[in-house]
Formats: sequence, structure tokens, C-alpha cells
Amino acid sequence: MSQQKDWPLWEVFIRSKQGLDHKHVGSLHAADAEMAIQNARDVYTRRMEGVSIWVVESKHIHASNPDEAAAFFDPANDKVYRHPTFYEVPAEIKNM
Amino acid sequence: METIIEKSLEEVFEEKIANDIRIEPKDWMPEQYRKTLVRQISQHAHSEIVGMLPEGNWITRAPSLKRKAILLSKVQDEAGHGLYLYSAAETLGTTRDQMIADLHSGKAKYSSIFNYPTLSWADIGAIGWLVDGAAIMNQVPLIRTSYGPYARAMVRVCKEESFHQRQGFEIMMTLCNGAPAQKQMAQEAFNRWWWPTLMMFGPKDSESPNTEQSMRWKIKRFTNDELRQRFVDMMVPQAEFLGLTVPDKDLKWNETKNGYDFGDVDWEEFWNVVKGNGPCNKDRLSARVKAHEEGAWVREAALAHAQKRAQREAQA
Ligand SMILES: [Fe+2]
Ligand SMILES: [Fe+2]
Repeated sequence: MSQQKDWPLWEVFIRSKQGLDHKHVGSLHAADAEMAIQNARDVYTRRMEGVSIWVVESKHIHASNPDEAAAFFDPANDKVYRHPTFYEVPAEIKNM
Repeated sequence: METIIEKSLEEVFEEKIANDIRIEPKDWMPEQYRKTLVRQISQHAHSEIVGMLPEGNWITRAPSLKRKAILLSKVQDEAGHGLYLYSAAETLGTTRDQMIADLHSGKAKYSSIFNYPTLSWADIGAIGWLVDGAAIMNQVPLIRTSYGPYARAMVRVCKEESFHQRQGFEIMMTLCNGAPAQKQMAQEAFNRWWWPTLMMFGPKDSESPNTEQSMRWKIKRFTNDELRQRFVDMMVPQAEFLGLTVPDKDLKWNETKNGYDFGDVDWEEFWNVVKGNGPCNKDRLSARVKAHEEGAWVREAALAHAQKRAQREAQA
């Protein structure tokens, strides 16, 4: 038998109502996915906070490196023309 | 020639703190900041979990089905609070097993308030009203604490706490409007819980060596004495409304400071309970250890079941 003592860690994502994205709410331990979903219901939705739950084992999450955030997100930094406010619209033009 | 000034990791961290930018799990942080948080968050989690015991004691003896359902729900919330907090602490690199081992060995502390007994039903009212009231006073500023996962856990906790305080106040109000014997029960519970509740804010500022660094790192936003003062100012009018007498002969309104002067907490009692010699320390800890040990086979069986099923699925 495995020597692992803690149940694996799962990240929990909840859709708070129909039409909205699932959003990360925290994590919990569970032996398997089914138990993770049941525990997530009891821990994170005691007051109707959700209509749908996703769980993902934490070890499967890959993240960008915060120490390299400046360089990593740099390509978007100097492209002001991607925003509508960059453009001048004459006062006569309505509804644009 | 162009010189590139590389900011040190520590400078980046300090800059974030200064600008109220939250620190997130994978960000660089000073070892001491990490340690302080692991200690504070796990201690907070343990308090939520151990805190279920004195109230759990009354679930089977609640005076009505309505009170029973409410109390059950409140205790379940406290379990949830413990779990939010354990998972916040785990983002700092500690494990659930380690934290629980530290609680059981006595290395980690939990709030001393839970080492007092719940002798009558009125104690359940007093706990909700006073103890959860003090918890709210402590926790609301933590919504702005500098560590992201801790702050987010506090948002959820605080949303749930206010029902806890209100149900306690309602129990007290019912007793205070009842027969003289009920009113007396309420007063006695108030007498028992008032001073231990004031101790929940921790030692005096002059004897709290960690406070200054925690304030600098914006983990804490107010000192122990500041929060204690606010709590007294908030609770005295509520006690007056209930017709209860605050068990403090030195309590007096002070016009100049626009707050109450109040007597000194019995710090000898405080340190004594912290050191493990309160009325219920041994009971509380042994109840936790017993639950953990007796539940071991369930945890192992669930894991074995999950592994077996995964194996079967892989073969299919
Ligand atoms: Fe709580
Ligand atoms: Fe509570």
C-alpha cells in the first residue's frame, strides 16, 4: 500500500450562476474526483454559491512564473492601439 | 553607458507591500514572512476546528429543533472556516499532515477561548454573541491582509460570521426577555465569557513582540489593544440593551477618548491557559486526537478504494 498519508489536493472552480464562468475558489483534499466534488459542495457552496463545480488535481495545474511576469507580459505593454480609446472619433460621428 | 538597475527580490517584495499589492503563493517572500503566516494561518485554522467542540457539546441538547438546526449549521460553518484556512496555509508550502501533527503535539496553538467549558445553554448564546463578535472584530481587517490566499479566505469567513453573531445575540435576547431564572442564566454566561473574550485579542501591545513586524508587513492592520478597545466600545451598548451588567467594576465612559475605560485583563490567567492549564485544554486536544486516530481507517480505506478504481479504469 502507498505511504501517502494526505489525500491528494484538488483545486475547486465554481460557476456561481448559469451564464457565468467557473471561478477558482480554493482547494481541498479528497481521495478521488467524486469525493472532491462532494466535499467542494459542502465546503464552498453551503449558501447556494454555485450551480456547477469543477475540480482539478492541483498537480495538473501549470502556472506562469511570477518572477518573469514583467518580461512575459511585455508584448502587450506597448500596444495602446489595441484599445478603442487610442482612436479619435470626430464629435459628429455618433454611435461608434 | 547605460546601467541597468536590477531590483533585488526583497525590494520588489517591499514595494508590493508598500503599494498594497497582494503577495501571491509563488511570489518571492522573506522566509520570516512565510513563517509568520504559516504560524498565524494554521493557528487560525486550528481555532476554527477546535472551536467546534464547546458548541458541538450542545447540539444534542439544544432547546428546540430550530435552535438545533441553527447550531448544527453554525458548527458546520466553523469546519468550513478551518478548511478554507488550512488550504490557504498549504499554499505556503506546509502540508495538512504537518499542521495537524503540530496541533496534536501541542507545538501549534489555537485560540485559548475554546479551553473554557460550556456549562449551560446560555453559554451557546454568549459564545455566538461575544466570541464570534470578537472573531469578526479580528477578522474583518484581515480581509486587507497582505497575503492573497489568506485575504480571500477571510472574505468568505466574514460573510458567514455575521449569522453566527446574530444567532447568539438572539439566544441571549430570548433568555433576557424570559423568566428571571433565564435572565440569570444569561447574566452568568455573560460573566463567564466576558473576560476570556477580551483575551482573544492577544497580549497587551507592550507584550506582543510580533505585532510590530506583522504591522510593517501589513499582515496585521490594527494592534491587539486597538481591537480590544473597539470591541468593548461596540459591546457595552449591546449588553445594556439586553439589560445585562458588564462584570467589570472599572468600566466607565471616557468622554475625552470617546470610548470606555475598562479594567485590566487577568494576564496571569491568560498565560496560564496559553501554557495548557486552562479548564479544558486536555479535553479539547484529546478529543481532536481521538477523532483523528479513529478516523484513520476511513481515510486509508478511501485512498485504497480510489487507487483500486484508478487501476481498474487503467486496465479497462
Ligand atoms: Fe469561524
Ligand atoms: Fe463563527
